Amino acid sequence: MRRIISVLLENEAGALSRVAGLFSARGYNIESLTVAPTDDPSLSRMTIVTRGTDAIIEQITKQLNKLVDVVKLIDLTEGAHIERELMLVKVTVTASNSEQREEVARLIGIFRGRIIDVTELTYTLEMTGSTSKADAFLDALSQVEIIEVVRSGVSGIGRGKRALKA
Amino acid sequence: MTITGADILVRCLQDEGIEHIFGYPGGAALHIYDAIYKQDQVKHILVRHEQGATHAADGYARSTGKPGVVLVTSGPGVTNTITGIATAYMDSIPMVVICGQVPSGLIGDDAFQEVDTVGITRPCVKHNFLVKDVNDIASTMKKAFHIAMSGRPGPVVVDVPKDITAEQTEYSYPDSVSMRSYQPNTKGNPKQITKGVDLLLSAKKPIIYTGGGVVIGNASEQLRELVSLLKYPSTSTLMGLGAIPASDPDFLGMLGMHGTYEANMAMHDCDVMIAIGARFDDRVTGDLEKFSPDTRIVQIDIDPSSIGKNVKVEVPIVGDCAEVLAAMSKELAGRLDEIDRPAINQWWNLVSEWRSIDSLAYNPSDDVIKPQFVVEKALELTNGNAYITSDVGQHQMWAAQYYTFENPRRWINSGGLGTMGFGLPAAIGVQLAHPDETVVCITGDASIIMCIQELSTCLQYGLPIKVLNLNNRYMGMVRQWQEFFYDRRYSHSYMDALPDFVSLAESFGHVGMRVEKPQDVEVALKEAFEMKDRLVFIDVMTDHTENVYPMIAAGKGHNEMVLKPGCGKDQQERELA
Ligand SMILES: Cc1ncc(C[n+]2csc(CCOP(=O)(O)OP(=O)(O)O)c2C)c(N)n1
Repeated sequence: MRRIISVLLENEAGALSRVAGLFSARGYNIESLTVAPTDDPSLSRMTIVTRGTDAIIEQITKQLNKLVDVVKLIDLTEGAHIERELMLVKVTVTASNSEQREEVARLIGIFRGRIIDVTELTYTLEMTGSTSKADAFLDALSQVEIIEVVRSGVSGIGRGKRALKA
Repeated sequence: MTITGADILVRCLQDEGIEHIFGYPGGAALHIYDAIYKQDQVKHILVRHEQGATHAADGYARSTGKPGVVLVTSGPGVTNTITGIATAYMDSIPMVVICGQVPSGLIGDDAFQEVDTVGITRPCVKHNFLVKDVNDIASTMKKAFHIAMSGRPGPVVVDVPKDITAEQTEYSYPDSVSMRSYQPNTKGNPKQITKGVDLLLSAKKPIIYTGGGVVIGNASEQLRELVSLLKYPSTSTLMGLGAIPASDPDFLGMLGMHGTYEANMAMHDCDVMIAIGARFDDRVTGDLEKFSPDTRIVQIDIDPSSIGKNVKVEVPIVGDCAEVLAAMSKELAGRLDEIDRPAINQWWNLVSEWRSIDSLAYNPSDDVIKPQFVVEKALELTNGNAYITSDVGQHQMWAAQYYTFENPRRWINSGGLGTMGFGLPAAIGVQLAHPDETVVCITGDASIIMCIQELSTCLQYGLPIKVLNLNNRYMGMVRQWQEFFYDRRYSHSYMDALPDFVSLAESFGHVGMRVEKPQDVEVALKEAFEMKDRLVFIDVMTDHTENVYPMIAAGKGHNEMVLKPGCGKDQQERELA
């Protein structure tokens, strides 16, 4: 099953490589991993999207907890949560092809994204949403030529009062 | 007053109460070596190879429960320690390894003798640090010892760039350490403890299965108390030997690949199992699919990730073995009448039948020296009181099977990583920590050569270790597997061109002896053990055809052991063809 694990860890050199090393050494898979400092600059928050049986996920959380740099973690997927991913897509839409430009503009509207850069030959699009929404947007763009796709990986947060604090 | 980073490092060791450190100098560590020279509280033991330093510190730690400390230089000094660090990591041994590093300004430049120490050691340490500021040295050292010693212990590396050891600052060693990200739980949840007790009391065919965690966690006394209350059949892993006295009638001997028939059969057939400081390693469980099919498991471990990793556990208890066992015994003491004694007696009857097979019996000989006989003689002549270190192979299994340990921390061997070359340097650490005790390194002709250079260290520090080389002219364990599973194609397991160990020992300044006949074993060992102030290398020419039995082959279950040919008449059908 797909899981989203949020980790608070010491914002120290090497902390990221400890987590990455753990996943590769034990053969766990990482679908995405994002990390940045929090409002408390001594802490980083990491969101890991992974897949595995319940037993594997249990091991992953235990092994993460065992890392000396890890302060706390939660499996967001165990409760109500929100996940967001930022995606940037550059597509070929020439200025002369106004029909195609309109179609892309309409699609990005449906997906509540924005056009953030325009050139003679290209549009650069920005959208945020869950991984499945981002996938759906890419499917919807199948008629246009995609030049490049940049995805941030998932960030997640619990709904309501559910929070991960040190 | 300000002092240098190097002096601070040494002061930290003094304040930590460290008496011995094991090391080898080099460029990046020279300031630290200078600081060592200027004091005599911390004694530095100069090894002959950095691997030896780590194993010696490891043996010191295993035999005392105190942290082992290592000091090496950057680059090759560090890479030479990796095997020893990994060995300590796999067996959860507390160790602090201080590594010199190239000056801060050169890190990342492929400087002379630079390696990414933090990167290269990361997968085999509990934690590691790169010190970037002289003001951080003391607090980092405090954390390093705290992390190494607490929770599930393990090795910690502290990497210190050379310039940092030259800079000056005020020194003060912190009294305590508190880390928000590291707070091991020791207590054990009382509700889980009660659940565990309930399950134990409901058992009709119980087994107590204990491991290295009991030894490392100093929980032997509490374990003995539990066993004496329950009087259930008990077994131990290779790493846990001595926690329960081998002579205790409740003790069935070691379990696992070369465990006793009764221990493995009881593991297989039990209905309730309590695992204490044991991690269901594959050498212990055999094929997991066939592992103890009808059992319900209580598991006590300080490391949550050890619980439920390989097998399903009904009652997990996270905590320090000693604390949890004490709490359990307290609760049990008032509820002993709940034990179904008739059922337990019946279970014991079955276990005794298995035991009567005497799966460790071997065929004595007047012509060739049986390795088992040598270990038995060593046991007899040392009254079972020696510290035994070992390497890896058949000799290690025979030592574990025939040197019956009555006390914990006496059996010093690399169980998790299975590191050949461990035994001699480990014995250095043990002998330093216990100068008046008999320390025997039971080794094999292949293993001993892997760290043979440490014979020189032994001479320098006057360590009267007894090296008992069970010389079968083969990598015996490899040969055994090739005999069983590769149709006797003995690929590269014959030790061609072995040295003359007697003159080798003599050239290192020690006493060498060779024993070639069974009749001479006792006399030679006696003579060796009586030389209290000399290292004696006893090269015993053993039967090279001998194999380690019983054995659970790969992919087999506990109830599919191969017994020694001819052992237990009605068990013949279990033998390998
Ligand atoms: C460093 C290392 N290399 C290889 C092995 C694999 N190995 C395990 S046992 C063994 C043979 C050991 O031979 P010896 O020391 O003579 O002991 P014996 O089995 O003959 O008693 C080998 C090569 C190992 N455990 N460690």
